[in-house]
Amino acid sequence: MTGVTTAPPAVVLVGVVFVLVATGVYLVLERSLTRVLVGVILLGNGINVLFLVASGRAGSAPLVGSSEPEDMSDSLPQAFVLTAIVITLGLTAFLLAMAYRSWQLHGHDEVQDDVEDRQVRDRAVRDETSGSYDPDDSSDDRSDTGEDAEGADRTVGDTALRHVPGSGSRPAGRRDGGPA
Amino acid sequence: MLEWPTLVPLPVLVPLVGAGLALALARHRRAQAAVSITALTVVAVTALAMLLAVQDVGTLVVAVGGWDSGVGINLVADQLSTLMLSVSSAVTLAVLVYSVAQGAADGDDGAPVAIFHPTYLVLSAGVSNAFLSGDLFNLYVGFEMLLAASFVLLTLGGTSARIRAGSTYVVVSIASSLVFLTAVALVYAATGTANLAQLPERLDALDDGVRLALQLLLLVAFGIKAAVFPLSAWLPDSYPTAPAPVTAVFAGLLTKVGIYAIIRTQTLLFPDGRLDDLLLVVALATMLVGILGAVAQTDIKRLLSFTLVSHIGYLVMGIALSSQLGLAAAVYYVIHHITVQTTLFLVTGLVERRGGTTSMDRLGGMAALSPLLGVLFFVPAMNLAGIPPLSGFLGKVGLVQAGVADGGTLPMVLVVAGVLTSLLTLYAVAKAWNRAFWSRPSTVGREEETAAREEEVPAATTAVTGVGGVEVREDAARQARGGSVLGDDGSRVTGALTGAAVDTAELPVDARRLPAWMVAPTAGLVALGLLLTVLAGPLLAVSSSAAEELRGRAPYVEAVLGDGTAAGLAPVGGRGGAEAVGTAGSAAGPGGEGGDR
Repeated sequence: MTGVTTAPPAVVLVGVVFVLVATGVYLVLERSLTRVLVGVILLGNGINVLFLVASGRAGSAPLVGSSEPEDMSDSLPQAFVLTAIVITLGLTAFLLAMAYRSWQLHGHDEVQDDVEDRQVRDRAVRDETSGSYDPDDSSDDRSDTGEDAEGADRTVGDTALRHVPGSGSRPAGRRDGGPA
Repeated sequence: MLEWPTLVPLPVLVPLVGAGLALALARHRRAQAAVSITALTVVAVTALAMLLAVQDVGTLVVAVGGWDSGVGINLVADQLSTLMLSVSSAVTLAVLVYSVAQGAADGDDGAPVAIFHPTYLVLSAGVSNAFLSGDLFNLYVGFEMLLAASFVLLTLGGTSARIRAGSTYVVVSIASSLVFLTAVALVYAATGTANLAQLPERLDALDDGVRLALQLLLLVAFGIKAAVFPLSAWLPDSYPTAPAPVTAVFAGLLTKVGIYAIIRTQTLLFPDGRLDDLLLVVALATMLVGILGAVAQTDIKRLLSFTLVSHIGYLVMGIALSSQLGLAAAVYYVIHHITVQTTLFLVTGLVERRGGTTSMDRLGGMAALSPLLGVLFFVPAMNLAGIPPLSGFLGKVGLVQAGVADGGTLPMVLVVAGVLTSLLTLYAVAKAWNRAFWSRPSTVGREEETAAREEEVPAATTAVTGVGGVEVREDAARQARGGSVLGDDGSRVTGALTGAAVDTAELPVDARRLPAWMVAPTAGLVALGLLLTVLAGPLLAVSSSAAEELRGRAPYVEAVLGDGTAAGLAPVGGRGGAEAVGTAGSAAGPGGEGGDR
């Protein structure tokens, strides 16, 4: 509380927060889990610095007897930051494990589309009375939905889900390979 | 003689200690289950005792670590907290019994899921911590506890489908946590405290623009967790993949923790109701978009996930009305919805077990196959849709009354939308009932979907087999691809023919009885849902007085900081402002005895 109103926040710290959060947000929007992971780390650190900004002016170490209370830093945000760092560390470890598992299963760590969503969409494609779907309007570049529409009468072993045209060497859909 | 406040930390402490013990006992299945069940029973009893104590002696406060309020962290148990805690602990206990029985029935001794019990207990501790927290940062910690545990539970077994669903869920949850953390930092920068009792006064003194920014940030963070419409897309994507008991407890509790946080901040911190109109619009969108999504589904689990989103709209509507009646109805509806939604997911788990699938395209004649299961599904389904005289109906009537009492255009639109959503819910669950339970079983499944759904191995199998399950499924896929061969052998239950039920398909149908200890907790929750109807009078009285306490704001602050500290606090304004006093008397609701508290 002490330092809150006395000094304007340090411009450098605010700049650091801005850069970290901006790059973090950009990376979190990626499809690869590893990039998301890096984005989360940057975001977390940016917010931790934000807490330092929130604590106001820097002062001496907040130890009883070492200096006057008015000169001390606010220690509560530092406690917040410590807690937040520990939590972010745990979540980072979990994300890393998940990215690794995804790589084990698929050979890459990109987040896939929801299969049920695709089925609902495929039904919309097949249903001629449904005007809710426009193949040209699909922004999903992972599957060529125009071909999916043609493939409505595919046989069992070759549904749109198993065979995704244009995906190149990347294992498509939800194949379960064992550990790579 | 113990003081009442001694009880307050127990719902957090006991599960955490239990989690440690359970982890140490990982090699002893029975001991582990006993520890978990004991811990959660203690929590449930404590919560109930606290609920009664709070009615008697008022809000219970514990300063953790003996630090003064304002310096240290408080745990605060008021009427809303204890009510939520009681219902949530009952539900978690029931789901735990269900999952233990499921594990025993599947003979999972030695399987690599020893982590389930400790994680589940941490989840329970996190939920309790969030409900009891008297500090914004501690609320964040509570959220993180339950989220971290939920990540583990959702990706249990690490199969392909769960990793995919988990990725979305984890990233979205982390994003919402980071928004929340930012909000905490900014609140601290603006006010110099994170204590929920100190914040009201200091926030009231702030500039309007700053306060609005803080309120919006918090609403976005909680809105993601509660799955309010524009922020709800993650939920139907990630929930249906998890094991049945996990989905059940997530559906019942996690979104409601978000709702609890919204109620708490909207009433205590930002009482001027400037965003109420925005919240009403959001509630409208949540209801309609959610239920239209549900109508389009063919899988029961996904259908239920969408209705879950849709019914969050009712809760937001009650909060946004911010009248005495609206809040009281919202609190009652939360309790009803936790119970009913959990029950439905548990029943769906049983359906999956009995029929081998949850797809309505391939289920049929379940009511003839297992009349008990039919009843267990039918009652909560009708309750969800709001058929009189069940609790869902009472909650909706309360909300409609509150909307009509408000009288504005937007609330009236919401009333109409609420009724429409209720009808569409009825349509959605009736469709599920008709196709899965009532229709004649068809013998030919839709083959193209069969192949696509090869991953739908029953939750238990996947959890238990883990990596080994991959081979089973490859096998299943091969069988499913030759679906016509399997499809012609004339068995009654189509689901059993799919890859999903490959490990049980050879058994005669009657051999796959439902374990009694999986049915018992489900039946218990169905009964609890009915009990909410029977006890609607007293319950509405409690929720009504909880709403009064929330709207007053001062009781909370004075309970934590001491008498006279909240003298300058204005009560919650409400949308119309003047209507607050007018409707307080009519808060009795359908129960007819709420107003006298």
